[in-house]
Amino acid sequence: MTGKVDITLNINGRDHAIRVEPRRTLADAIREDCGQTGTHIGCEHGVCGACTVIVGGDPVRSCLMFAAQADGVPIRTVEGLARGDELHPLQRAFMEHHGLQCGFCTPGFLMLVTAVLEREPNIGDDDLLDVLASNLCRCTGYQNIVKAVRAAAAEMRA
Amino acid sequence: MSAPTKGSGMTWVGRSIRRLEDPALLAGQGRFTADLPATHWVRFVRSPVASGRIARIEPPPGGHVVTAADLGAVKPIRPMLHKFNYVPVAQPILAADVVRFVGETIAAVYAPSKEEAEDIAERVEIEITPLAAVTDGRRALAPGAPLVHSEAPGNVIVEGRVKTPDFDTTRTAAHRLIQFEARSRRQNATPLEARGGHAAYDAASGRVTLTCTTQMPHLLRTAVADILGMPESDLRVVAPDVGGGFGQKMSLGPEYVVLVWLARRLRSTVAWTEDRRENLIAGFHSRDQVIELEGAFDKDARLTALSADIVANVGAYSCFPTTCGVEPLMAMAELPGPYDVREYACVSRGVVTNTCPMGPYRGVSRPVITFALERLMDKAAAAFGIDPIEIRRRNLIDRFPYTSAMGLVFDEASYRQTMEMAVEHIDLAAFRVRQKQVRAKGRYLGIGFATFSERTGYGSPAFAARGMEITPGWENVEITMDPSGFVEARIGSSPHGQGLRTTLAQIIADEIGVEPQLIKVVHGDTDRAPYGWGTFASRSLVIAGGASLLAARKMRAKLLTIASHMLEASAADIVLEGGVARVGGTDRSVPIATMARQAYTQTHRFKGEIEPGMTETGSYDPGGTFSNACHVAVVEVDIETGHVAIEKFLVAEDAGRIINPMIADGQVHGGVAQGIGNALLEEIVYDDGGDILTSTLADYLPPTAREIPVIELHHMETYSEASITRAKGVGEGGAIGAPAAVINAINDAIAPFGVSIDEIPATPRKIRAALRRAMEKRA
Repeated sequence: MTGKVDITLNINGRDHAIRVEPRRTLADAIREDCGQTGTHIGCEHGVCGACTVIVGGDPVRSCLMFAAQADGVPIRTVEGLARGDELHPLQRAFMEHHGLQCGFCTPGFLMLVTAVLEREPNIGDDDLLDVLASNLCRCTGYQNIVKAVRAAAAEMRA
Repeated sequence: MSAPTKGSGMTWVGRSIRRLEDPALLAGQGRFTADLPATHWVRFVRSPVASGRIARIEPPPGGHVVTAADLGAVKPIRPMLHKFNYVPVAQPILAADVVRFVGETIAAVYAPSKEEAEDIAERVEIEITPLAAVTDGRRALAPGAPLVHSEAPGNVIVEGRVKTPDFDTTRTAAHRLIQFEARSRRQNATPLEARGGHAAYDAASGRVTLTCTTQMPHLLRTAVADILGMPESDLRVVAPDVGGGFGQKMSLGPEYVVLVWLARRLRSTVAWTEDRRENLIAGFHSRDQVIELEGAFDKDARLTALSADIVANVGAYSCFPTTCGVEPLMAMAELPGPYDVREYACVSRGVVTNTCPMGPYRGVSRPVITFALERLMDKAAAAFGIDPIEIRRRNLIDRFPYTSAMGLVFDEASYRQTMEMAVEHIDLAAFRVRQKQVRAKGRYLGIGFATFSERTGYGSPAFAARGMEITPGWENVEITMDPSGFVEARIGSSPHGQGLRTTLAQIIADEIGVEPQLIKVVHGDTDRAPYGWGTFASRSLVIAGGASLLAARKMRAKLLTIASHMLEASAADIVLEGGVARVGGTDRSVPIATMARQAYTQTHRFKGEIEPGMTETGSYDPGGTFSNACHVAVVEVDIETGHVAIEKFLVAEDAGRIINPMIADGQVHGGVAQGIGNALLEEIVYDDGGDILTSTLADYLPPTAREIPVIELHHMETYSEASITRAKGVGEGGAIGAPAAVINAINDAIAPFGVSIDEIPATPRKIRAALRRAMEKRA
């Protein structure tokens, strides 16, 4: 497979014109062709959710999507969450409630929850638990992720 | 944030300050191994068969493929233990003649991109003549079983035996004997970041920097340099941000040796990122044990003698540095747990099979032996017709120090107190009423308890007792205050999620009177940090924390000497707090940063009283200390489907002095969640031919937020002299107690059917099979 395609990935408002093989996953393109390594790869088969980014408003597993499919669609990654030095309420809540330990799964959880709360700010606790069950964390036992997300959701509604 | 210190009577220790690690990780600015660019990407060709003789390896035309023939004088991995009939076996870096498990490294392909390397790897033709394989530990012991290593007859590679002098007479005199078999299936630690390495050759110095996902950077440097026969000074090992380890990232994989060898050969940069399949089939397994257990009880239900036959399936090779003795020998040493039993007999064998090598995983053996022992206690309670709590009350140790039948010294702890605390908070009496009510409606609730000890923070004597050629244990810490007053603590431990940058800063801050935010803890770089043993075995806060305290005390003494000169006061009257040295009760003070500068630039003023500069070291090598806890699980078993829902999980925990409650709680949460996964979901499955059936996260199932209930924590703090900070380790306890509590709860729930589940994980299929057998028997 040597044929390459020219695409533009718009990540956090910035265009990255890249040339990739059609089989290049979005996760690899974001990390390696665009140098945004905050998005992590945990399984490459769509189970763990570490690579979750927001594509056109939807949280997606970027390991299950080809980069070419995201050509021209606005993509948001963890690097775009804070405004300058000011952390997003969700990032702040993760810090306040100790929602991360090794930090590897964290960007995926942050992007998953950001997309869901933007779409459903009044999501109920039980539905939120279903959402969080999309991604895996091996360090926290989810206790403090749940607390952080509920706190951030409340703050963002206020 | 206010600035409490010694003088004010307030301390940083004991407070849930926010983690200093978090801002970078939350912003996506963490630096993990796979984030580094490389010139060459490596893909390993792995054995597709469990046992066989390599007939031919044929690289595709033009492909760069490294095989054993290329490695020349590179030595194999050959860990050593000098006791327990250990049979040393060698693991080749790349298999040369035979393969012994599915996933074993046979060749390494390198190419300019990962994709190209993968393409080439798929086209490497490998011809292997299959040989008979054995994957089950007990089958490997049977006469005529295929031999995994010819030097290990009967496939036994390590064997511990112990029997106390009065065991036989005590057993014979027993009022009641309880016997059963407990089994733990095979599990994988499954850190969210799989393994990976990046080796960069520096042409100017001839050195290689190996950045990789390790928990023990210094020992990895020693091991790789030994194997390659290179000067250790030519190798730098860096553990950057590491995405969880849980023990899996302690052991030496052959992959790292290949990377360093290749970087030197190509004089370039080479990298390997393990994929999840590789991690699940070749990234070390654990917990594959069968325990035949017998408890002898007197008429008062006191455990008088305990005996066990333990078979640990350790896989195809012995892991470095702990050796495959780590599971069977720890099981033998600690099986009696927190119970006062004076007579003990045990045979514990490590058995080689054609499966992925075993490595340490959070709790090492203790999740299994605690599960076995706690099942014994519940079975005995049932046999005597007493409550599970009552039998534990009668048997838990409650005088300290207590020397076990195996000679382990248990320091001050709160085994009974934490259990009583748990019983009170769970409201056992109310639960029993509710259990009875809902059972009448066909719902099956159960409650399960686990009381256990967690041996933590043990230094070199404990490892030496195992006869390990590599005897870890101590830690060194160097603290430097620079001329601007900022502090750097360089440690040999290598945290990867435990929050040590924060907790060590809290310990140091209290001694030297500056805020933790000014203290940078440097770790995970062999060029920057002193030689140390890394982070594993719930040791870092105890041992690196102790060494930090000792170094900080020296720095404190030096600061007081300088301050006494500058403030013209007795050192005894000076307090260090809020970034200044102050004469107590006065407003005479000098900033600590000013004193730091003087220690470098005005040394003539303190001639003969202090050494120039501000660097102090501390070294700590403790005997070890036992944390303890009582776990309680409340579950509901759906008898139609075998599904188990955990309604509630409660932990009453005693880890001595808590440095940062928020971080300590996080460790318990994470451990309990892994323990629940181990108890209900996680199982590595091989077929009879040795192929592995669980090679994705859709087959091997770590729990999600749906499976983990709210975990309620309660704390006691027993201060023990065994730890100079009074802190005990807390990293593994969650994983040690949870499986036992969950399985006991399941058994309590299904007790009316007269069956017992003595295996982890207790999957719905196993529960249904047991219930079906029970119902058929009745019919």
